[in-house]
Amino acid sequence: MAYWLAGTKTKFKPVLESIISLPLVLPPSVLGFYLLLAFSPNHWFGNFLNHYFNLRLVFTFDGLIVSSILYSFPFMVYPVQAAFQNLPASLKEASYTLGVSPSKTFFKVMIPNIKPALLSGIILTFAHTLGEFGVVLMIGGSIPGITKVASIAIYDEVESMNYDNANQYALVLLVVSFTILLLLFWFNRKRNKNHS
Amino acid sequence: MFEIEVKKKLHASHGSMLLDVTLQIEQGKFASIYGKSGAGKTTLLKILAGLILPEEGFIKAASETWFSKEKSIHEIPQRRKIGFVFQDYALFPNMTLYENLTFVLPDKKNKKRLLEIMEIMELGALAHQVPAMLSGGQQQRCALARALVREPDLLLLDEPFSSLDPEMRYVLQNEIIRIHRHFGLTTFMISHDPSEIYRLSDYVIEMDLGKIIRQGTPSEVFQHKEISGKIQLTGEVLDVIANDIVYVVKVIVGNNLMNVVITKEEALQLQSGDKVLISTKAFNPVLMKL
Repeated sequence: MAYWLAGTKTKFKPVLESIISLPLVLPPSVLGFYLLLAFSPNHWFGNFLNHYFNLRLVFTFDGLIVSSILYSFPFMVYPVQAAFQNLPASLKEASYTLGVSPSKTFFKVMIPNIKPALLSGIILTFAHTLGEFGVVLMIGGSIPGITKVASIAIYDEVESMNYDNANQYALVLLVVSFTILLLLFWFNRKRNKNHS
Repeated sequence: MFEIEVKKKLHASHGSMLLDVTLQIEQGKFASIYGKSGAGKTTLLKILAGLILPEEGFIKAASETWFSKEKSIHEIPQRRKIGFVFQDYALFPNMTLYENLTFVLPDKKNKKRLLEIMEIMELGALAHQVPAMLSGGQQQRCALARALVREPDLLLLDEPFSSLDPEMRYVLQNEIIRIHRHFGLTTFMISHDPSEIYRLSDYVIEMDLGKIIRQGTPSEVFQHKEISGKIQLTGEVLDVIANDIVYVVKVIVGNNLMNVVITKEEALQLQSGDKVLISTKAFNPVLMKL
């Protein structure tokens, strides 16, 4: 998707980019609400998934995964698209003139040269999904053992005045998030050093 | 024989122009494409490589047809036997020099040629370095070697020496001459430097605004026929200095600086950066062994 966006000249590009960016701007509850409607078995899309793939996305863990993918999509697409755009066009052209097929060029030349962006994308998406609240609450419904995620658990504990439990969950999230970001920046720094 | 007749509308910074080129080059010749930037030189090279699709015409390489609008033939770049050296070299940064060269070999059969090329170009010692660790000249040699491993029929060079210092240029120009003779490749090179073109090419194509305005041997294109001097040098104007009633123009020829006295009228037509021809015919040059 990012590769296609980086190279395309279609006039619908702004429209597509806007759709992809929507999760950045929309309140998560809005996104969650529409996803809930779309995934519900009463809607043709939910019905279609249920009928042909036996897939139920409302109040299930699968639904959480799908909605989180959509919600975090821009965090993956943008760094990767920017990285593809920054690669000199001559790399791809050189590969083609050397007789290398487009797919081999993509996997062996393009992808390895945007590794830092891919890594940033993966980590940011992961971290963003970890801290996700509104969408998972709408789609998942916070069913204990199935769709109750850490961020909602904290909210529940605070609501029922269990500050100790809330503190434990919160602390774990804090440490995990910090470690992830630390690793990301540490890795990027090391990489920059190796390159200069 | 390479026969080219292509047309394509280009959108340049100063509006759109029509690239309209008809030319024929004999097999094994070294042809240079010369002209101002924005004349369509790189586009022409990319059309030959199949990276840009022309709108009309044909490209024939010996018995093969690479492009023909009439017969709706368009060979993809992968199927044309070409080697392309890009202005920025376009080495794959994620691979070592050796991997850059072997990456393009479909099987290990051509390894003998690969080793031969590495030996000719003295790249053996650098084989396991990544491009970022190499100097400009080394990267350039690596890019040239990579373009040669697939045994191309046609070598395309896009300003191969533009980012090198004069000394390195000289060394690599010799290398290109040697390789061109060794493999008998038909070569197209884009260059802005008349002295470089003189040294390397059999044929010059001068382009402006998408059209060929002059073509022929270097002396036909660069020298006016009425001059038949004993010494003819091409150089670049560095500066024009007023000195009493005359003007002195400083010209760099190769690595040497020369001062030439000119009149005011002549001075008005010159500015630094102009390419000039210096010739003398009335005096016999003095030659001394060093």
